[in-house]
Amino acid sequence: MSVDATTVRRIAHLARIAVSEDEVPHLQGELNAMLAFVEQLSEVNVEGVEPMTSVTPMQMKKRLDVVNDGEIADDIVANAPATEGHFFLVPKVVE
Amino acid sequence: MTDLTSLTLAEARKGLAAKTFTSLELTDAHLSAIEKARVLNAFVMETPDQARSMAREADGKIAKGDAGPLAGIPLGIKDLFATKGVRTTACSKILGNFVPTYESTITSQLWRDGAVMLGKLNNDEFAMGSANETSCFGPVANPWRREGSNTNLVPGGSSGGSASAVAALLCMGATATDTGGSIRQPAAFTATVGIKPTYGRCSRWGIVAFASSLDQAGPIARSVRDSAMLLRSMAGHDPKDTTSVDMPVPDYEAAIGQSVKGKRIGIPKEYRLDGMPAEIEKLWEAGAAWLKAAGAELVEVSLPHTKYALPAYYIVAPAEASSNLARYDGVRYGLREQGKNINELYENTRAEGFGAEVRRRVMIGTYVLSAGYYDAYYLRAQKVRTLIKKDFEDCFAKGVDAILTPATPSAAFGIGEKGGADPVEMYLNDIFTVTVNMAGLPGIAVPAGKDAQGLPLGLQLIGRPFDEETLFSLGEVIEQAAGRFTPARWW
Repeated sequence: MSVDATTVRRIAHLARIAVSEDEVPHLQGELNAMLAFVEQLSEVNVEGVEPMTSVTPMQMKKRLDVVNDGEIADDIVANAPATEGHFFLVPKVVE
Repeated sequence: MTDLTSLTLAEARKGLAAKTFTSLELTDAHLSAIEKARVLNAFVMETPDQARSMAREADGKIAKGDAGPLAGIPLGIKDLFATKGVRTTACSKILGNFVPTYESTITSQLWRDGAVMLGKLNNDEFAMGSANETSCFGPVANPWRREGSNTNLVPGGSSGGSASAVAALLCMGATATDTGGSIRQPAAFTATVGIKPTYGRCSRWGIVAFASSLDQAGPIARSVRDSAMLLRSMAGHDPKDTTSVDMPVPDYEAAIGQSVKGKRIGIPKEYRLDGMPAEIEKLWEAGAAWLKAAGAELVEVSLPHTKYALPAYYIVAPAEASSNLARYDGVRYGLREQGKNINELYENTRAEGFGAEVRRRVMIGTYVLSAGYYDAYYLRAQKVRTLIKKDFEDCFAKGVDAILTPATPSAAFGIGEKGGADPVEMYLNDIFTVTVNMAGLPGIAVPAGKDAQGLPLGLQLIGRPFDEETLFSLGEVIEQAAGRFTPARWW
């Protein structure tokens, strides 16, 4: 399988990465090189094979349903590019 | 006094205990070595004040007789580990001037045991790379050069800063992480020892995530014993990482010097690649001969799905990365590029903040997870991963204790030499190491010799799950036979 220019633009949008028109052909070439490389997986017989979900055989650990953290709003917003009090500031989302 | 930076960690521990020198003296010796080696670009942040204050504290504890196992030992920390109050960037512009308000579990355990932080080490952006060339702080130089040449070579990656700093005697050991070979490949390129423990052995909490089902932290050090000492402090159960295992941490150092008599060592025929340099083949044979001479038994084994590990990795790892890196949105931390609306803000921030390699991987990951392609790519790759793991399980079920392979398909190469036209050329560096991540197994790279140009080459030992001890025992045999290698100082 390979991707065309339209697909490259669609993927870029899904990934929320701005891509200019002159970057598209280059990206298309690189993505297709990667897709050509992984193409060899199609020759593996995976009939009846379970997909891996956990590399170490272990029970999923469950935490107690209790509050054990919090009251650190200052820490949470400490690295934000724009804040007001304990809120993150973003461009207007709802008119 | 001998140069304090040339001591191994084990020797330094002895000297500190005997009060031959203080941690402050040891730390100052390293800080001054770092200053003189800035041309290597191994450190992206030096923390001399913090280092001296930690060293004084360690000296106090040593004097009082309640020193931890790493008391007073100066270390470098890969910039992927969150360090409280000290800038942590994963060497990406998108994290900008991120200063964590918390400490990663692994580093907090190192400080608990008395270690001293010298600073933060360079790495490939978000650990995506095999040459430390994708860092937003620029490439790292390998302290090793070809004989008679002054061309700078890459130290490998992604833990290139860690490997370079340890090899150049700038720190006694370093933290590193390994998703497809990022501890073992740079260790092999710099004649250092690097171990990626079993998945789940070390907590991933507070380490910038790349591909969560593959990421595992470990140490890079100058000897097998030093790496065992560091891993003991780094490993352990952490309730904050649900994939970390609740098993006691063995005294890894006790495995050093244990007899390897009767250990069955698998030699996988699939690792004998067409066009593999003759000197790598020779090194591999030498390694097998050393282990045999120490009493181990060699058996040929087959890992039939080996060649599919790298292509499967380049689906699984980017898929997980695209999901993990979705958090960099220009809203909660790091870089923000303005846009007319929230979508443009996201898109502009991520275009500006991510480097070319990261952008490429996030996009391929997005593609293989997108509607209509998930089954063909991601699901198939996860099935292949099951088969890769089964290859190893079959091998261990036949009584094999560990597997011996070359660590890398070549020695270090020049900066800018590989992957310019085709990204896959660079990816092939991890061909011998990536299977281990796919199967969640422990793997150690140990220096074993040099090529015709005088560059170091390493061997890899792959172990059963949670049997790092056998790797340390076997690794020590190789180290004893091959000797240790130090680069000539040119910086």
